[in-house]
Amino acid sequence: MNSTIIPYLFYLFSFMIVVSGLLVVTLRNIFHCALFLIICLFSVAGVYVLLGADFIAAVQVLLYVGAIAVLMIFAIMLTAKVSGIGIKQQNEQVPIAIITTVAFVAIALYGLGKTIWNIKTDAVISGDTTMAIGKLLMTTYVVPFEIVSVVLLAALIGAIVIARRN
Amino acid sequence: MRLELSPLLKIIGDWISSLGLPTWLVDLIEMCGAAAMVMGMAFLIILFLVWWERKLSGHFQQRLGPMRTGWHGWLQTIADGIKLFQKEDIIPKTVDRKVFYWAPVICFASSFAAFACLPWGKNLWPTDLNIGILYIFAITTFVVISLLMAGWSSNNKYALLGGMRSAAQIVSYEVPLTLSVLGVIVATQSLSMVAIVGAQEKVYNWFIFRQPLGFLIYLIAATAETNRAPFDIPEAEQELVAGFNIEYSGMKFAMFFMAEFLNLFLVSAVAVTLFLGGWHGPFLPSWLWFLLKAFFIVFVIIWFKWTYPRLRVDQLMEFCWKFLLPLAFLNLIVAGFLFR
Repeated sequence: MNSTIIPYLFYLFSFMIVVSGLLVVTLRNIFHCALFLIICLFSVAGVYVLLGADFIAAVQVLLYVGAIAVLMIFAIMLTAKVSGIGIKQQNEQVPIAIITTVAFVAIALYGLGKTIWNIKTDAVISGDTTMAIGKLLMTTYVVPFEIVSVVLLAALIGAIVIARRN
Repeated sequence: MRLELSPLLKIIGDWISSLGLPTWLVDLIEMCGAAAMVMGMAFLIILFLVWWERKLSGHFQQRLGPMRTGWHGWLQTIADGIKLFQKEDIIPKTVDRKVFYWAPVICFASSFAAFACLPWGKNLWPTDLNIGILYIFAITTFVVISLLMAGWSSNNKYALLGGMRSAAQIVSYEVPLTLSVLGVIVATQSLSMVAIVGAQEKVYNWFIFRQPLGFLIYLIAATAETNRAPFDIPEAEQELVAGFNIEYSGMKFAMFFMAEFLNLFLVSAVAVTLFLGGWHGPFLPSWLWFLLKAFFIVFVIIWFKWTYPRLRVDQLMEFCWKFLLPLAFLNLIVAGFLFR
């Protein structure tokens, strides 16, 4: 890809992430919220592509759009009479939330500005990221990988047990 | 003498770069050119497949199929297309207009986007991503979203039920589909479509012979993915009238219709690439081999349609989770031992 357009693409994706993210939490129609969440997640995949993490980008789309978002939409569709009614997206805690958010953003920006980032180029994987990720998961990070698998399996079995009781 | 297309394209590419344009413009022209060529190819394939399915369906039922427009009705699809162009675009009053509008666009676009990394022939592919097959599975998940959008926004109970059935079916069958492909990936150590084709140069290297179980699982799951009989529960005419696209008419309906045939060709083309040696074959040019094999898989899927009765929803899910999925895991384990 032509490297001069990468910054512009980054700004485009960032803009899409922020705008669609805001729409997810402000729109009153919950189905539209779910659709904008998909746009948000897809834009994140775009940023991954720009960073050269193509495997992560594809997995992001496959899992978040293909599985999690579909599950959410299913849940919305199975909820009775939700389609016609606007869901209330605010409550009386708006002022406190605004103060907290502004404070958090200020602190985060201050911290980001002060930190001297130690950018290394030797950690960058060039070429086939899939092979590199696979090798790392099966050697260096095999214990965390197995633990995550067991946790997910436990969650799966737990979900089945809870569903069967009803 | 093989009539390959890639040298011709290379001459055109060299000519464009010799014009002295800035590199970004050359890149842009080449990208748009490749996209336009694939788009043209996709429309030709749709035109052919619609006619092919109607003729085959006719002959399977001892009818002749379309006969009146052109020789054996070959102009029938073009006539139907012109008719659909002229139709009034009806949008019911109570639909969610924006979602209703975008659903067919997303459906068609995501099916078409997957064509970007198909290897059409020797040195003939728009792009060779090193995550090729994963990209195809990822981008086609938007089809599910578009079906749900269409079903929900139509504000019609049949459409909603059809959309939910489609999505549930596609999401479920995606699991054995992906697992059946993993055997091939284990063997080639690559996700790139071009590398997978490269590993099947000799006929005895084709993965249909090294992974027969994987191929069968893929074919069954792919038939279910495209919502075709015996897995056509989403559009079961007797229960649901037409499924998710019941409120659509004119060109919006046509886009869903075209996307369906694009998906049909896509799963066949992926089957050819992964299991049937892609473009490899004697005598004929490579792109013709690719198309012939893909059309043969389409023929097999249409053959299924007129051979087996439709499954019930619970049978469908049971077959997927209790039969196909364990079999796909078994296939993957065997592949892991075989291709160490």
